[in-house]
Amino acid sequence: MSLYTAETRRLGKRRFTKFLLGGVILVLIAIAVGMFFTNEKNTPATIAAAQAKADSEFQAAVRQSATDKQTCVAAQGTPDASNWPTNCDDVYQPQTSDFQAAWYMPATFDFREQFPNMITALAAIVAVAAFVIGASFVGAEWASGGMMNLLLWRPRRLQVLSTKIGALLSLLTGFTIVLMAAWTGVFALIANLRGSLDTMTSGAWQSIVLMELRGLALVLVAGAVGFGLASIGRHTAVAMGVAVGVVVLLQFGLYIVLAMANVRFAEVVLATSWATAWMDKTVTITDWNSCNFSGNNGCEPNTLDLTWHAAGGGLIALLVVVVGIAMWTMRSRDIT
Amino acid sequence: MSAVLEIAGLQKTYRSRKGVRKALDGFDMVVEAGQVHGFLGPNGSGKTTTLRTLLGLIRPNGGRMSILGREVPQALPEVAGSVGAIVESPQFFGNFSAQDTLSLLADAGGVPRTRVFEVLELVGLRDRSKDRVKTYSLGMKQRLAVASALLKNPKLLILDEPANGLDPGGIREMRGLMAGLAESGMTVLLSSHILGEIQLICDSVTIIAAGRRVAAGSVAEVLATHASTSLRVRLEAVSDLTSSAAALRDAGAQVVVEPDHLMVSGLAQPSAVTRTLAERGVYVSELSPVTADLESVFLELTGTAPVQGENRQVDQTVMSGTAPAQSGGWGR
Ligand SMILES: Nc1ncnc2c1ncn2[C@@H]1O[C@H](COP(=O)(O)OP(=O)(O)O)[C@@H](O)[C@H]1O
Ligand SMILES: [Mg+2]
Repeated sequence: MSLYTAETRRLGKRRFTKFLLGGVILVLIAIAVGMFFTNEKNTPATIAAAQAKADSEFQAAVRQSATDKQTCVAAQGTPDASNWPTNCDDVYQPQTSDFQAAWYMPATFDFREQFPNMITALAAIVAVAAFVIGASFVGAEWASGGMMNLLLWRPRRLQVLSTKIGALLSLLTGFTIVLMAAWTGVFALIANLRGSLDTMTSGAWQSIVLMELRGLALVLVAGAVGFGLASIGRHTAVAMGVAVGVVVLLQFGLYIVLAMANVRFAEVVLATSWATAWMDKTVTITDWNSCNFSGNNGCEPNTLDLTWHAAGGGLIALLVVVVGIAMWTMRSRDIT
Repeated sequence: MSAVLEIAGLQKTYRSRKGVRKALDGFDMVVEAGQVHGFLGPNGSGKTTTLRTLLGLIRPNGGRMSILGREVPQALPEVAGSVGAIVESPQFFGNFSAQDTLSLLADAGGVPRTRVFEVLELVGLRDRSKDRVKTYSLGMKQRLAVASALLKNPKLLILDEPANGLDPGGIREMRGLMAGLAESGMTVLLSSHILGEIQLICDSVTIIAAGRRVAAGSVAEVLATHASTSLRVRLEAVSDLTSSAAALRDAGAQVVVEPDHLMVSGLAQPSAVTRTLAERGVYVSELSPVTADLESVFLELTGTAPVQGENRQVDQTVMSGTAPAQSGGWGR
């Protein structure tokens, strides 16, 4: 327990941790402020204005259609006729359904529809920060020789590494939970002032909470993997290098090669696809080059669903492999 | 007296992509309680490797070790609280102050935080303890390292080249500190290659070369056993030096011919010199015994005495076989 207290203190004392968590909070505040000012509540006045706008657009379209039809009729038999349908009744006739008032309304924050994206944004930002904090926490210890010093006091190596990762993950959990609660509160307020919360049911709230928990899991895995990689390489830079390497090679390189080779569902190699699948429960990848023709629907492209089960399995596998190797190297390596 | 530290037949081979390197080759050491024990050896002889192995940082390939009567590394978690150590000028996380660094260690080891101020005072860092470690000089970092080793109030204190980077005043203070600690009953193991230091403060020494023990015992014993006390012999006529050397060698002595005198060792009695030379009509103008100091013994035992016109490489020692270093300035 004393070791755990010491490690928690150490993590909290690090300026890097403070800077990064402070930076995350600033970015999130900027996002919330942006959302506040770009959205507006629907009042009877804005609805009426939007309706009027839709109506007048519709009228303009109707007038345009009438002149088009006249031009078409007049053009019959002249060379210009090729620019018009053979049957002038086929000229586009606007429908009222093509001019819905909703499309002319200023952006409004519909909590049920838009907040899930905000959770994903939060989880992504905090996960990146968690990776870096985890990596630098143990990486700086290795590189500075602090780890060796600590092992002279606490020779049980696995206990030391587990305690460190435990301190890291509990700090991340606490931080993320507080942040998510605040995030939910802030956006509920924004929805209240600049949109609506009306469509929220208890089931919808429940799925919001579940999504937030999945976001928390994403953050924790990112932190643990950053920690594990830096511990394996005994340097923060190793974790960073691996992250950059994966992004460059797998995300850009491999994806571009696969896409150029017209390999189907190349998006499967993108970490973002899997992260989205994890957060949104499913991601559908479409192969636009394929066509399953049917009488009713015309071309139906092939699709591939990535489910959150598969994504979760991937996250667990990543966690187990990286942390497992970190523990194994910790146990067996010569510390010089 | 009981042994606080025992090492027998310790083996360590480093394996890397560049090949294997045998750093310890059946090394033995015994440190008795209450001693200040010097651990001497040239660069690369395996001192740090020994201490790292002892402290569980690296895994030996063979041999047995015990600290305070307990087998290590198995019992290390239990004895770690009684062993304070610094290994090879330890580094600390540069952005923390000395006080933070020590108080984190104190927390991790369950030592009361008040002890932090005591040790900072003891090593003379009290007034700078709130500065970040990265702003410290080498000597100040070394003092911090000693402070971290003393924090546990250990029964056995292991210091790997603690005088590194210290100013003369600092070295003297360190010497005083160690004498005080030994007086209070602490056992101190001190690795160093600064022999004057060791001779001044150590009760006993172990000398290592190329991963093996080449001498051990109290300083006086080591000097007595290994320093074949020699004689400086000056003659009336310098021209007689070579022939006299041959005559003395015939009488069983080892002789080194210097420009204006002979260094003679290996004879039971100094009178054997005068007798041998007088028989040939050569007369001695000076005959004086030269007592060896630890440095000469060290150079002889480890075979690392400089030889004129040769650049000795770090791994060339008495143990390495290929070394030309057998021929020290002595006993040629
Ligand atoms: N991590 C390592 N990998 C390979 N060889 C090493 C390593 N550490 C030390 N050695 C080698 O082991 C030998 C003993 O080194 P060391 O114990 O540090 O010597 P000392 O402390 O007596 O100067 C040296 O030849 C050194 O090069
Ligand atoms: Mg060394």
